[in-house]
Amino acid sequence: MSKRIDVKDLNVYYTNFLAVEDVSIEIEAKSVTAFIGPSGCGKSTFLRTLNRMHEVIPGGRVEGEVLLDGDNLYESGVDPVTVRSQIGMVFQRPNPFPTMSIKDNVLAGVKLNNKKISRSDADALVEKSLRGANLWNEVKDRLDKPGSGLSGGQQQRLCIARTIAVKPQVILMDEPCSALDPISTLAIEDLINELKNEFTVVIVTHNMQQAARVSDKTAFFNIAGTGKPGKLIEYADTTTIFSNPGVKATEDYVSGRFG
Amino acid sequence: MNAVTANKLPNDSRQQPGKPPVARKRNSLSKGLLPRWAAPGIAVGSLILGAAASTLGGFSVASFAIYAAVIFVVASAIITTLVEGPRRGRNALATHLVYAAFLLALIPLASVLFTVLQKGLPGINTHFLFHSMNGITGAADNASVEDGTPVLGGAYHAVLGTLLITLWSTLISVPVGMLTAIYLVEYGKNGPLARGITFFVDVMTGIPSIVAGLFATALFAVIMGPTARMGIVAAVALSVLMIPTVVRSTEEMLKIVPNELREAAYALGVRKWRTIAKVVIPTAISGIASGVTLAIARVIGETAPILVTAGLANNINVNVFGNWMATLPTFIYYQILTPTSPTNVDPSIQRAWAAALLLIAMVMVLNLGARLIAGLFAPKKGR
Repeated sequence: MSKRIDVKDLNVYYTNFLAVEDVSIEIEAKSVTAFIGPSGCGKSTFLRTLNRMHEVIPGGRVEGEVLLDGDNLYESGVDPVTVRSQIGMVFQRPNPFPTMSIKDNVLAGVKLNNKKISRSDADALVEKSLRGANLWNEVKDRLDKPGSGLSGGQQQRLCIARTIAVKPQVILMDEPCSALDPISTLAIEDLINELKNEFTVVIVTHNMQQAARVSDKTAFFNIAGTGKPGKLIEYADTTTIFSNPGVKATEDYVSGRFG
Repeated sequence: MNAVTANKLPNDSRQQPGKPPVARKRNSLSKGLLPRWAAPGIAVGSLILGAAASTLGGFSVASFAIYAAVIFVVASAIITTLVEGPRRGRNALATHLVYAAFLLALIPLASVLFTVLQKGLPGINTHFLFHSMNGITGAADNASVEDGTPVLGGAYHAVLGTLLITLWSTLISVPVGMLTAIYLVEYGKNGPLARGITFFVDVMTGIPSIVAGLFATALFAVIMGPTARMGIVAAVALSVLMIPTVVRSTEEMLKIVPNELREAAYALGVRKWRTIAKVVIPTAISGIASGVTLAIARVIGETAPILVTAGLANNINVNVFGNWMATLPTFIYYQILTPTSPTNVDPSIQRAWAAALLLIAMVMVLNLGARLIAGLFAPKKGR
């Protein structure tokens, strides 16, 4: 139920502006990979190229290959919608659909695509997904209430439940805890640790302790200056990155000397 | 300085227990403050002065109100400045000017409502509401004036015509307008076509209604010959007026749907058009619905385009695809311009005012409906 991602020589553009240059990276299946780096270095942009969300932005395009278990996502004839149903995404700000109840939010991936699902299957899927997101006990009595009534941390876990309900191979998380308090952050981090038993997880974070806590491997991105493209500086096991980095810039960043 | 006195005070009282406590020092942060009765007091004073001033040049309610208002605004500003300082004085002046502008804006509304109610209510009865003008001749009106028989004839046909023509123009303009707005916001992306459409929609907003009527007449003249006068022609004319309003309001509503919701749907593997149909539109539907209702309210009172497209009928016609139709505005227009009985115009005028009251009531119901719809469709809150 999870696939690996191999990126080969990827350049990411906004119209003619090169935002991320020449990234090659291998992300193992059933692992947690963290992207760290200073603001504006292109880690979120790069993350969005992994499920073709980058091209939703006008002018967004890429050069290079992203292979999901060997299949290139950017080959002509690949439908971005198929890609996104295999590679789910959780965003920085919790964004449950305001017109839908908690239950409908979890079922959104199924219902919005007009797939037929029996009532009992739907209930089972809702419970399984909400349990998977550690939210079931908090919301089981109010599944028909709107999702916007939950707290920020609960909303984010609802968004994670919504993502795992479509059974993706990979889950991308774009700073999932940056809008949350420490308690909710802890809940999400615990959840990430459980999610990696089933899914490949890629997480962008500004919080280096978080990267150290949750990830197996860490990729450090950096930017030479404003207007220059972001680059992948170092990619290694998380312990190596934080204790014995191979590049000076990585050491400076993880030790708090800049960024 | 305050802190020093505060430290000293307890010491002083301990050393000289027999002495009465020192009078409380005036707060250095506070300024003069007008007593609570000052504002009503100034109001009463300016009413009296205003009455006096207006009697000098022959008393009238209008001059009395104007004098009293001016005196009140000026006097309260001056008094506040003297007592509370120049900033509070300017604040009082601005506050009272804002209230005055509000009252001034209310006067025409209140006056119209009052006049229409006063003149229209006597004409409203079940006969008026449920009968047409079919077969009502000058003789009937003469009889009601001279012999005191009830005024016959009603606006039933005009009410039906108004509802049907507005319904059809809504049916035409809502799909066209909504799809245009969806194109502009979701697909056009500010490209040349989208900018062109936006420009022409703006131009359309400024089309005089009679021109829209002539356009519809000319269009149907090409298709069905020069004498085509029927409800659907009027509906087309009104939809020319409605479409730009619907496009604009829908566009604004779609624009404020957060992009995050679209991205959330895309990230679940939902297609773009399904995202629009099931996430974007439902999120914006309350605003769209009230925008559409306001567009209807805007065209329901149009007279000129109806006259040149649907003609005028005295009988009930529920078929928008054949024969002439009446609407409330054209009914009012003809009752006033060509009274049924040229010698006794009062019954016609009474019918016209009653129809005007009906029209206002319909617009009001529409506006209330818009709020109701907005409330019903709004994304649910609560825990």
